[in-house]
Amino acid sequence: MSLDATEVRVYVEDAPGQRTEIVAPTDMGLSLMEVMKASGYDIQATCGGMALCGTCHVEVLAGPSLQEPSDDEMYMLESLPVLTDASRLSCQIRITPRLDGLVVRLMPQDA
Amino acid sequence: MSSISTDICIIGAGPVGLFAVFEAGLLKLRCHVVDALPQVGGQLSEIYPKKPIYDIPGFPSVLAGDLVQNLMEQIAPFHPTFTLGERVEKFEKLDDGSFQLTTTDGTEIHCKAIAIAGGLGSFEPRKPAVESLESFEGGKGVYYMVRDPEHFRDKRLVIAGGGDSALDWTIFLADVAKEVTLVHRGTTFRGAADSAEKVKNLHEAGKVRLVLSSNVTHVHGNGTLSHVTITGNNGEPEQVSVDAFVPLFGLTPKLGPIGEWGLEIEDNAVKVDTLDYSTNVPGIFAIGDINTYPGKLKLILCGFHEAALMAQGAYKHIYPDKKYVLKYTTVNGVPTL
Repeated sequence: MSLDATEVRVYVEDAPGQRTEIVAPTDMGLSLMEVMKASGYDIQATCGGMALCGTCHVEVLAGPSLQEPSDDEMYMLESLPVLTDASRLSCQIRITPRLDGLVVRLMPQDA
Repeated sequence: MSSISTDICIIGAGPVGLFAVFEAGLLKLRCHVVDALPQVGGQLSEIYPKKPIYDIPGFPSVLAGDLVQNLMEQIAPFHPTFTLGERVEKFEKLDDGSFQLTTTDGTEIHCKAIAIAGGLGSFEPRKPAVESLESFEGGKGVYYMVRDPEHFRDKRLVIAGGGDSALDWTIFLADVAKEVTLVHRGTTFRGAADSAEKVKNLHEAGKVRLVLSSNVTHVHGNGTLSHVTITGNNGEPEQVSVDAFVPLFGLTPKLGPIGEWGLEIEDNAVKVDTLDYSTNVPGIFAIGDINTYPGKLKLILCGFHEAALMAQGAYKHIYPDKKYVLKYTTVNGVPTL
């Protein structure tokens, strides 16, 4: 995927080995949370993308390396009951060409 | 237990619920507001009180907390009454078309119309994935919030969490409880630096036990909680005797009992008619983030618009034979009840 690609493919793992492809535009400044929400995934995203509620928690399973989380994102993640080394808030992941091939899974809210 | 009689019961004290009081007040309808949270403001107070909002007409920028304060000032002339910290649990439609609601604490509200302004639902504690946790809820040893610190006097506590709430209660309860153990999954706290420092000092002074890189993984007891298992990230388990386990991982919204009122629900939201934001149950309206309709935008300002139309609809429902004539506040000012 070239760095000026206008769309990327990200994958949501709904069950082990079952991945759904989402094609997302790179030129609209969307977050992964917004793209997944628009694709019908059940994400509350209560705070609307401010890294304040933790209801768009995902685990990154594979794909390109991402930018380090900000302090705000880490602060929110650390207050959640379950955190893995690959935990991220999807509202803080911007859709850019370098995201192509990213695989995530939604983390349950009460676990 | 108290009993309240009003024209409209507004469920949800967020910005849209509060503004609904104003719009209903203009029509001289009395309002009672119920919210599961102990304070007004909904998400604005609970999640982002210090964040600026830029899309409220007339305010180039307003802090969420200030908007709530302004709304409270705006509705004061209408003398709304509030039941806070209680969730509407029971719902009954009476023969005369009015409603009887009962809260979790037994407060009874009789009203002629209901406006659900519940946002994404009631905020409920985020629970850790610990087996059998539920069997120790309800006063048997697991508490998701500290309502009365005195309840924990001279008791042995394990608090879990890494946010401000876990830090703040650890500091406060260090002087109240017999023993306080704070369990945190990580090695550092990103809560207020001052609070993290205080917890560290209490730990060094022997007043608080700090268990880092660990989780509470099991709860045990015969009827009431007797001990918990704390497991380190290295897999090493430790049994700790406790009287109470307090997981403090923040709140998450849930639709709650509203989902069982016979309302038409779609994607976890209440379907409404955009004519007046009425639901499929006559006399019940839904406004703000909790409703859905074609073209729905989850914005505060859209909720304000919905509140204005809802009030007209509620007025017509309550007074079907009276004709309402729209009057501008610039002409008549703000009437009082």
